[in-house]
Amino acid sequence: MSSVLFFIAAIGVISGAVGVVVLRNPFFSVLALVAHLLSLAVLFLLLRAEFVAAVQVVVYAGAVMVLYVFVVAYVGGEGETLGERLRGVGAHGPVGSGLRLGGAIVAGALLVELLIALLGTGLEAVNGYGAGYAPGPHAYGTPAYIGKLLLTRFLLVFELASFLLLIAAVGGVVLARRRGGLGEDDEADALAPLDLARPWGTGTIAEGAGMLPPADQGSPGRADRAGESRVETGAGRHS
Amino acid sequence: MSIAWYLAVSAIVFSLGAVGVMTRRNPLVVLLCLELMLNGGNLALIAFSRMWGNGDGQILAIVVMTVAACEVCIGLGMIVALYRRHLPIDTDELRELQG
Repeated sequence: MSSVLFFIAAIGVISGAVGVVVLRNPFFSVLALVAHLLSLAVLFLLLRAEFVAAVQVVVYAGAVMVLYVFVVAYVGGEGETLGERLRGVGAHGPVGSGLRLGGAIVAGALLVELLIALLGTGLEAVNGYGAGYAPGPHAYGTPAYIGKLLLTRFLLVFELASFLLLIAAVGGVVLARRRGGLGEDDEADALAPLDLARPWGTGTIAEGAGMLPPADQGSPGRADRAGESRVETGAGRHS
Repeated sequence: MSIAWYLAVSAIVFSLGAVGVMTRRNPLVVLLCLELMLNGGNLALIAFSRMWGNGDGQILAIVVMTVAACEVCIGLGMIVALYRRHLPIDTDELRELQG
């Protein structure tokens, strides 16, 4: 039973990985990675790593992949298949196609080396089925077991990981923020109708700073409205 | 299944990720392939952890997942910043680091 499950999950893992590498559309690559991660969680379960499998599904296949989907939908980008790139017949001509072929060859050599190192090793335990396993509420791999390890023996690692997450969150916000908030923005017109209900001269930042002259109070033009909403909402709309 | 099968799967996944990192041009897909490589490493860690019946490898796998999440956060932030500055989303075109 576990062998059948292993082969199904392993086929899912490898085909998901192949899909990530060869699919043309980045969105489909993300979906292939989700399938890969779910199959990998099955492999983790077979290895009795229940908590890690749950974290994999919830955090990786859930949260991180949602982030990917949003960025792919926002950025998009040109898709290309692996074969096209290897032959160098993309949109930009044969730039570095030899290097890419060399990269694939190097990765193949890496696979051979890894398989020799992992399977040709002298460790006899590699060919075994692992250490003994006694089921129970505090058995190997359960949340209680992992939590006890994380909060006693690996407490420093736990705290450092949380600091790392905080730094990465701040860094992500800083990197992706809008630079030069008063710049040209072609999406400002979409928000202009929302401002029509607001009386003119009711204290936007642009008016207070004197950037919009209050001369045309009687009949504000649409261009002024658009410029005003740009100033108001330019800071955080895309965050 | 014996541990060696899991290690073989992890080696294959790692190598596929390496192929993707070295051959794809879209930085988004390069990040995805980086995730593949990290997942291959995670599978090997958990297989060795099972081999010894010791939880340290699982803790290390969780830490690797944390680092991967941080890397995704920073990498996607950089890609969004590239897009905002109207730079090409293409690793062939991005040859210089000057801002």
